[in-house]
Amino acid sequence: MSKQEWPLYEVFIRSKSGLSHRHAGSIHATDDQMALDNARDTYTRRCEGVSLWVVRSDRIIASDPAETAAFFEPAEDKIYRHPTFYEIPDGVENL
Amino acid sequence: MSNDQALINYTLRLADNALILSQRMIELVAAAPELEEELANANFALDFIGQARLFYSYAGELEGKGRGEDDFAFMRDENEFCNLLLLEQPNGHFGDALVRQFLFEAFYGHLLDALTHCSDKGLAEIAARAIKEVKYHCRHSSQWLVRLGDGTELSHECVQVSLDDVWRYTGEMFVADEIDTAIQENIDGPDLGAIRALWKRDVEKTVAEATLRLPVDEWMASGGKQGQHSEHLGFMLAEMQYLQRSFPGETW
Amino acid sequence: MYTQGLDQGDKETQASAGTPEQLAAFQERIDAEEKIEAKDWMPEAYRRTLIRQISQHAHSEVIGMQPEGNWLTRAPSLKRKAILLAKVQDEGGHGLYLYSAAETLGISRDQMVADLLSGKAKYSSIFNYPTVNWADIGAIGWLVDGAAIMNQIPLCRCSYGPYARAMVRVCKEESFHQRQGYELLLTLCRGSAEQKAMAQDALNRWWWPSLMMFGPNDSESKHSAQSMAWKIKRFSNDELRQKFVDVTVQQAEFLGISVPDPDLKLDKKTGHYTFGEIDWQEFIDVIAGNGPCNKQRLEKRQKAHSDGEWVREAAQAYASKQAARAAA
Repeated sequence: MSKQEWPLYEVFIRSKSGLSHRHAGSIHATDDQMALDNARDTYTRRCEGVSLWVVRSDRIIASDPAETAAFFEPAEDKIYRHPTFYEIPDGVENL
Repeated sequence: MSNDQALINYTLRLADNALILSQRMIELVAAAPELEEELANANFALDFIGQARLFYSYAGELEGKGRGEDDFAFMRDENEFCNLLLLEQPNGHFGDALVRQFLFEAFYGHLLDALTHCSDKGLAEIAARAIKEVKYHCRHSSQWLVRLGDGTELSHECVQVSLDDVWRYTGEMFVADEIDTAIQENIDGPDLGAIRALWKRDVEKTVAEATLRLPVDEWMASGGKQGQHSEHLGFMLAEMQYLQRSFPGETW
Repeated sequence: MYTQGLDQGDKETQASAGTPEQLAAFQERIDAEEKIEAKDWMPEAYRRTLIRQISQHAHSEVIGMQPEGNWLTRAPSLKRKAILLAKVQDEGGHGLYLYSAAETLGISRDQMVADLLSGKAKYSSIFNYPTVNWADIGAIGWLVDGAAIMNQIPLCRCSYGPYARAMVRVCKEESFHQRQGYELLLTLCRGSAEQKAMAQDALNRWWWPSLMMFGPNDSESKHSAQSMAWKIKRFSNDELRQKFVDVTVQQAEFLGISVPDPDLKLDKKTGHYTFGEIDWQEFIDVIAGNGPCNKQRLEKRQKAHSDGEWVREAAQAYASKQAARAAA
């Protein structure tokens, strides 16, 4: 029998209806059902949530920090995407 | 026995079941096979302590003699406790404790479900609250039984022995005595025969899924509900009650 | 603190990978109060210091379940039993959050647990003292958690994101731990003479070990400077210890029990208490494994781990079978 570690799962909690699920932390579990139970018993002891997502950590595709500049900095130049870029004279309402 | 007394005694049985099982479970703190399971065990034990407190307080209210939860828990002797024998059995290994939990909660869930429909408002309210907790416990313990039963050869054997060993304590749950009958008749309480059928169905299903063999009903132990216990309970109470007994009447 | 073993010297972290430019850029991010995240470049020494600190912290939480767990079956009321169980459970939860935070640095929980069980990893010296009377449960909440909070609140702003986030959760949950301990002692101190004597006895035994939790004096602490520069640590051992003494003495007075230090007195000029010398030999002994309960605490963890092995393996075997069935 292998002595491998139990797989790692990431836990996401919706704290109340209307909000998105948010990363809470991680837990170990051997199967998906156990992962849900473990997430419930670890991260919702104080009524923190109404819905849980768990996903195997090794199934998450993440962007590479080394590519942060290429990924995200181009957006910084496009200030015209933000409403504050535009000057609207006083007196114009509902805009 | 008066109808009122039957209700008090019945409520105390429910309270004692919850307390004695929680006491066994907290003996397992800091000994779980994995940290996640440690948290689960504590959650379940906390649920049971909470239920015990509600049932004891309600019994005290019904009795009307000023006894509160701690008087019942700490100042009664062994023969006044009326928990099921199953629940006072020592923990043994993870599989033993799990099987005890599984067999009891499969029964307790249906019992609570029936109590939510009884005509005594106080009991029905506590049952409605407890059943949510117990439904989750049942899910958790059934899944674990399947993992152990259908896991390794070793785990399969271990948990089969656990099941065989503890089976003799399951009969008591379904034997209706004077109090059970009074509760069924007076407040439209649980029908233990019907609950036994539901229990058997659920247990058979999970045991089969776990690739385990259902033990044969042979001799069944009984007496816990009537205050006749195994040798284990006395030691549990001696430990649990010692501060209250050493310094009676103090506030903690 | 829960990571006081760090201050005991560490030869490994002397090695530092990275070019001067990388190190300078890293320090710049830290100085700008930017958070470092798991996959970001970091000096090897930073990574290793964090692994050691976070895993020691996690081990302390997990071992810390034992001294209090010791009184679960004997708690004198159902309310106290529930409170204590919730608290002990929180400690397990905090251990879990912290192991998870350390795992983001590339070490597995199994490895950390193996290091704990083999005695290689350290945990806080405080948990090697016995809980011999019920008031000890109050003293742990009041003093031990009180001391821990002093250190943990600044850790919420630690430069390493996953650790800081775990600490935010820990601190939020711990806010009841210290208060319940104090309230427990207050109840005893307002009770019978025997109950008050329990509280005094507990303070006598827990006071000095609590002061030791802050680690060696600043002059002896080998790694504080680097940890401060990296914003893993925000205040020195002595600063935190002084702060703890200042707030705690007054709380003891309110309880009507006395701090077991004949040299303790308020310096009216500074507004701080001066206090006697800590028995550093005892501190060194306990860290080195020779405290009253070191052996017992570790053996209990080792036993839980080995007793659980067949269970962990069964769950894995079941998962593999399920996966194979799904694939078939």
